[in-house]
Amino acid sequence: MMTNKVWVFVDQFKGEALPASWEAIGEGLNLAGTMGGGVTALVFGKDAESVAQNALHYGADEVFFADDETLADYRAEPYVSLVSKLAKENPPEVILFPTTTRGREIAAMTAVDIESGVLVDVVALDVEDGKIVATRPVYAGKILTKVTCDARPLIITLRGRAFTKPEPDETRTGVVTKVNPALSSDDIATQVIEYTQAEGGVSLTDASVIVSGGRGVANNPSLTPPDGMDEKEAEIWRAQQGFKLVGDLAGVLGAALGASRAAVDADYIPYEHQVGQTGKVVSPDLYIACGISGAIQHLAGMRTSKVIVAINKDPEAPIFTLARFGVVGDLYDILPPLTEALRQRLGK
Amino acid sequence: MNIVVCVKQVPDSAAKVVVEEGHITWGDAPLVINPWDEYAVEAALQKAKEHGGKVTALGLGKEEETEALKHALAMGCNEAIMISDPALVRIDNLAAAKAIAAAIRKMDEVDLVVFGKQAIDSDTGMMAAQVARLLGLPALTLVSAIPALDPDSKTIRVVRSIEEGKQVVEGKLPAVISVGKDYGEPRYPSFMGIRKAARATIPVWGLEDLGIEAPSPVVLWSEVMNPPVRDVTTEIIEGETPKEIAEKLADKIMAEKVI
Repeated sequence: MMTNKVWVFVDQFKGEALPASWEAIGEGLNLAGTMGGGVTALVFGKDAESVAQNALHYGADEVFFADDETLADYRAEPYVSLVSKLAKENPPEVILFPTTTRGREIAAMTAVDIESGVLVDVVALDVEDGKIVATRPVYAGKILTKVTCDARPLIITLRGRAFTKPEPDETRTGVVTKVNPALSSDDIATQVIEYTQAEGGVSLTDASVIVSGGRGVANNPSLTPPDGMDEKEAEIWRAQQGFKLVGDLAGVLGAALGASRAAVDADYIPYEHQVGQTGKVVSPDLYIACGISGAIQHLAGMRTSKVIVAINKDPEAPIFTLARFGVVGDLYDILPPLTEALRQRLGK
Repeated sequence: MNIVVCVKQVPDSAAKVVVEEGHITWGDAPLVINPWDEYAVEAALQKAKEHGGKVTALGLGKEEETEALKHALAMGCNEAIMISDPALVRIDNLAAAKAIAAAIRKMDEVDLVVFGKQAIDSDTGMMAAQVARLLGLPALTLVSAIPALDPDSKTIRVVRSIEEGKQVVEGKLPAVISVGKDYGEPRYPSFMGIRKAARATIPVWGLEDLGIEAPSPVVLWSEVMNPPVRDVTTEIIEGETPKEIAEKLADKIMAEKVI
């Protein structure tokens, strides 16, 4: 068994690694460059051998691989106990996690077991005079903090899309060391009963392109709702016609579908699409805001997007202050020809 | 059933939060209950009503920081307790989790501990998981529904929202859960509730009451900064027809090489 100082937890679900895991391996390699040694990946699951191989392709030179029925469906307890056991037996300097739902939770609980600190949802890591200094957004990104921790092993979770994903190299090899689970099934107080997959579509937090709709999607008085709807039903019906146009554009761009809190609270679209302070904080390469005025809570959730495009009827809408390109106009007029124009240019 | 719901006081989500002279300030924006915690209170109150029992709101902060606890009382919680001690002023997540876990241990037979998904100030989203681990209880985080709960057989079934969809998980009580916005709209405080909350005296538990040493923080905020100003010149795309605007905009987007 080698003793790499940098470990990376690879978050996988049913044999698919979340891309932020590979970004974490990339950043792990940068850290290892300042500390010496390579990167050890932790891959737990059932029938996740290909994920272990991928971890080598992305740059790890060692994998601690646990393959067991008790790790098939994710539950916090067996995962945490195994990370903690390994970290106690052979303590590394740093354990990196992607800031996914599972990564955040395992990091938090492992810190309890090994009495250490977590630098959570970090967007930049620097080594200053041999000390690791992490930058992380707080108040939904309205403020940045620099955080440090002297306890070891230091636990850090890295925000998705904040670090570069390395290019995989399929010729790379390394040592895959099998490890046994720390808990038997009788020791685990939770049980996964069932799982329903989210309706298709790109996940907001991984998306490189997001097209979002706000209250403005319901704002087309020329549409006539079917007979028999009350006022609220008619409003939601109008919103759905608007979101269909937003969705068409997202489809052409292979983009995730987002929404403002106002649109979610008005029941235009389910909560899982909400971008902003009480939704998802996103950072795509391209963010197209349609009929979103840009409340401070929404801007906080998307302000680090690389290129922002705003389409809004109100020239005073705050969203335009962040936008690279703006169209003062009605999304019902602009979206159909924009979707068509991009479809042609992308050859779809 | 004994249910504990943990709440935090934070600046309103509409507040303009900035760093001035090295310190974080939100001007005269109001301090409110953390928005996620309202869903937690709602879940706790619903379950107490269905199964009988009481809900205790638990806070951690300065003695006078009672806004979140008063809101929880006004929504219908039976009592509120504030953990406060000069030694707990500048602490990190794990140290705070230790104080909260100690307070829960001090209470009689707690069946369920409910948190909001995360606090909108420090944004760590780790408190429920850490408190669960400290108490040796199952952590069921990011809960969007509680389809079953049985205080007699001591089981709970929850629906969790994860990246890939929804996961239905069953656990044993006592358990610690965290609740997200998809749980459903929290109730507004009633007029009677607000009056009751205004009159309530909230007991304060210090470290001595909790019977623990001052937990020492290991994570330090060495600097706070305003994010870099977004240096952007907005180019408004104009044209005679929507089609002309769309064509121009499409060219501009393509030229950015982001798709």
